[in-house]
Amino acid sequence: MTVDRPARPATPRPPAAPAASATSPAPPAASVPPGGGDLVVGLIVNPVAGIGGPAGLKGSDGPDVQREALARGASLRAGDRAAQAVRTLLARRPGTRIRTLAGPMGEHSARAAGADPELLRLLPGDPSSPRDTTAAVAAMKDVDLLLFAGGDGTARDVLDGSPSCPVLGVPAGVKVYSGCFALSPATAGAAAAEFGGETAEAEVVDLDEEAYRRGRVGPRLYGTLRVPAARTRLSGRKVGSSSAAPGSAEGIAREVVARMRPGARYVLGPGATTMAVGRRLGLATTLLGVDVVQDGELVAADVTERQLADLVDGRESHAVVSVIGGQGFVLGRGNQQISPAVLKKIMASGGLVVLATQQKLAGLGGRPLLADTGDPQADALVGGHVSVITGYRESAMYRIRSAIEEFSA
Amino acid sequence: MSGHSGESFAELPVAPKPPLRRFHQARWDEPIIFEQSRPGRRGIAVPAAGVPAVELPESVRRAEPPKLPEMAQLHVLRHYVRLSQENLGVDQAIAVGQGTCTMKYSPKVNDRFVNDPKVAELHPLQPDDTVQGVLEVYWRLERMLAEISGMNRVSLQPASGSAAIYANIAMIRAYHASRGEGRQRDQVITTMFSHPSNAACAKTAGYEVITLMPDENGHPDIEALRAAVGPRTAALMITNPEDTGIFNPRIEEFVSLVHEAGGLACYDQANANGLLGITRAADAGFDLCHFNLHKTFSTPHACGGPAAGACGVSEALAPFLPGPTVEFDGSGYRLDNGRPQSVGKMRPFLGVTPNVVRAYAWVMALGAEGLREVAETAVLNNNYLMHKILRIPGASAHWDGGRVEQVRYSWQGLFEETGVHSEEIGVRAADFGVHYWTSHHPYLVPEPFTLEPTESYSQEDLDEYAAILAHVADEARRDPEHVRGAPYNQTVHKIDQTSLDDPKQWSPSWRAYTRKHLA
Repeated sequence: MTVDRPARPATPRPPAAPAASATSPAPPAASVPPGGGDLVVGLIVNPVAGIGGPAGLKGSDGPDVQREALARGASLRAGDRAAQAVRTLLARRPGTRIRTLAGPMGEHSARAAGADPELLRLLPGDPSSPRDTTAAVAAMKDVDLLLFAGGDGTARDVLDGSPSCPVLGVPAGVKVYSGCFALSPATAGAAAAEFGGETAEAEVVDLDEEAYRRGRVGPRLYGTLRVPAARTRLSGRKVGSSSAAPGSAEGIAREVVARMRPGARYVLGPGATTMAVGRRLGLATTLLGVDVVQDGELVAADVTERQLADLVDGRESHAVVSVIGGQGFVLGRGNQQISPAVLKKIMASGGLVVLATQQKLAGLGGRPLLADTGDPQADALVGGHVSVITGYRESAMYRIRSAIEEFSA
Repeated sequence: MSGHSGESFAELPVAPKPPLRRFHQARWDEPIIFEQSRPGRRGIAVPAAGVPAVELPESVRRAEPPKLPEMAQLHVLRHYVRLSQENLGVDQAIAVGQGTCTMKYSPKVNDRFVNDPKVAELHPLQPDDTVQGVLEVYWRLERMLAEISGMNRVSLQPASGSAAIYANIAMIRAYHASRGEGRQRDQVITTMFSHPSNAACAKTAGYEVITLMPDENGHPDIEALRAAVGPRTAALMITNPEDTGIFNPRIEEFVSLVHEAGGLACYDQANANGLLGITRAADAGFDLCHFNLHKTFSTPHACGGPAAGACGVSEALAPFLPGPTVEFDGSGYRLDNGRPQSVGKMRPFLGVTPNVVRAYAWVMALGAEGLREVAETAVLNNNYLMHKILRIPGASAHWDGGRVEQVRYSWQGLFEETGVHSEEIGVRAADFGVHYWTSHHPYLVPEPFTLEPTESYSQEDLDEYAAILAHVADEARRDPEHVRGAPYNQTVHKIDQTSLDDPKQWSPSWRAYTRKHLA
């Protein structure tokens, strides 16, 4: 008997990348070949992604900005970054087949990386537009994984195309706050090569670039995409572990529900993690809206600010919100229904509960969570430290500040 | 003879060695010892001596003999020598790559004490008056660890570091229950980079766990602690220096804040290599602490047990210590089983006696000045190694500032450039005969590796280790595929770890292996 086994690539590794939201079990894509089998990877490049950044334009959305960037001497980098990812992918999983679009939306990058890609019968415009991305996503059939190179705007376009397979972003944009991006092109390529079928939900967020140029920073949640699961690293460990990675959305949801008090109302903000709370309660809460629950019942779904103000009036109420994007915003971005007036009522009767995995908090690098309801007085009510639920019977005590205070400091 | 085609070991004078060892691990394809068993084979069968055979009562007699492998002495010896050659450990490698585990040298002289029949042949059920010597060793080691930590009493019963942490949380629970606050105090506070066994033991004991995240400087946020403590606080369980190697400069304030809220402060000193003779848990106000004898006091890790842990407690917590305790009345030693508030046994009998004897011998050999020198050397070695590692392009340490006895480094820069993962660097490093480890939970530092040199290693050892990592990092840049294809000079190639994660497959014993894979 030999101790050895046939050589095969190491255990699937985390993309190390998606600083994603909480992982949640999704049915593994049965078609994905395990370990070293041949993988079919779709590739979509937004060639103009990122050109506004070096030009100081804080984004690249819209043809005017793109023209201005080129006029300021910007160069197209997204194609190079996509090629870098494909190069790493092919090095780590040589049998991989690449399916992409003719020209700068993928073919050029694939060939630069040494691949001989299959081309979709789809001719993008010149210059290409968000519609081309969306159409390409819709046309990408029978691929195991879709790599796209761009920024948050591109991620939104991918989301709009309703991809039929898991996706992974190659960071190439100016704004890369969404959880569906890898840390770097090489990380994306490595994660794609190691993809074994397990996925997690990651949020797609984007900034309003117009507001961003005027100095107001803050992402909005647009939806979620399935990405390769960031599995806990298995090698190099000291002890075996058969349990899932700590801090899953399910664990967080279980704790939120366990803490719910009879008679109190809970305002669930947008996001995949708050959605898991609804799931735990067996309620049809919304991903992007604000919902209100009480005693295991859905009181109202997708409420407006005015409805919410009535619903929390004169009774114990708590706001349950998740961290939107990589900057730490918990109030005032994507959940404006929780207005200063609503927040004042909630803080007078109940309190604020934030949901995040430990990884997400750590990703803030010691920076505080941010509240920006537009009313410094309301923001001050939540200032200080807040209990962040990170798992079942697990929390972190974390700093939260008013965004105005933070950015003026 | 063609003369120069091979390596020139036979030429004199002997050629200088290359900068990196031309290491090659043995590969014996050695079967499991049970597979080598043949009926009737024996080692030395000692003939009946003058000692009369003892008739065992029927109730404890086996119906059939145990299914042990039957082998000749030579083959047993050969088997274990071969396994030892397929291994990498402190005795033949530079084992600085196991930060937080701490692989230091276990002096061989201490094994002679342990193998002495006076220790090796003790029976755990012997009457106290026939084991006065070993009870004295327990008592004296307890007093020495009490002095080293500043604590009032110490229990040597736990068989591992995590068992010691669990004993501590069990005492914390018993303490609050004795004051009628057991239900009210249901939260334990820890920090992100405290050893994860602290959070795990608190959870196992039924507590809700609140974690303090690092601030911009890598220190746990003291304002978060201020916000977290309250009437529900049972304890703060904290490692210091944390697994990053960073010492918390405000540790006394942390302890005071918890005390003001009525909670207890518990210090994870599993690895006290940077602290011996320099700081004491009690002087910082802690109520409880623990040491791993295998991390700090040189005993073997024993591959998952039995190792040994020591719990130190203040006078107020002493009634809750695991039992029995060893007591000395001025003339003799005895076991005290009559301690009504004790949390009970952490393991059968006294503790892991061989490790207690080794730790006792180690402390006695060093003395107080020697212990402090251990700490000073460990800190110096760590900072020397850090200086060398941080000069390797692509390696970094996340937060600025000094480190005590270990560092959690990152290869993030190298990975982004080359796509080579930290563990792939480690596997390639094994081709040069050294061990290397990444990180356990929390997985916050990207592409991590954790090095801890302790006091055991020489400057030449540290130079060699750093040179190996520099070489492998350079290889990753020049030829990432070569690094990824490693190991080339090792006993085994890549290991499929799925069997370690699948209860249907894992087999910690031959019996389990037979049942799960040979049935």
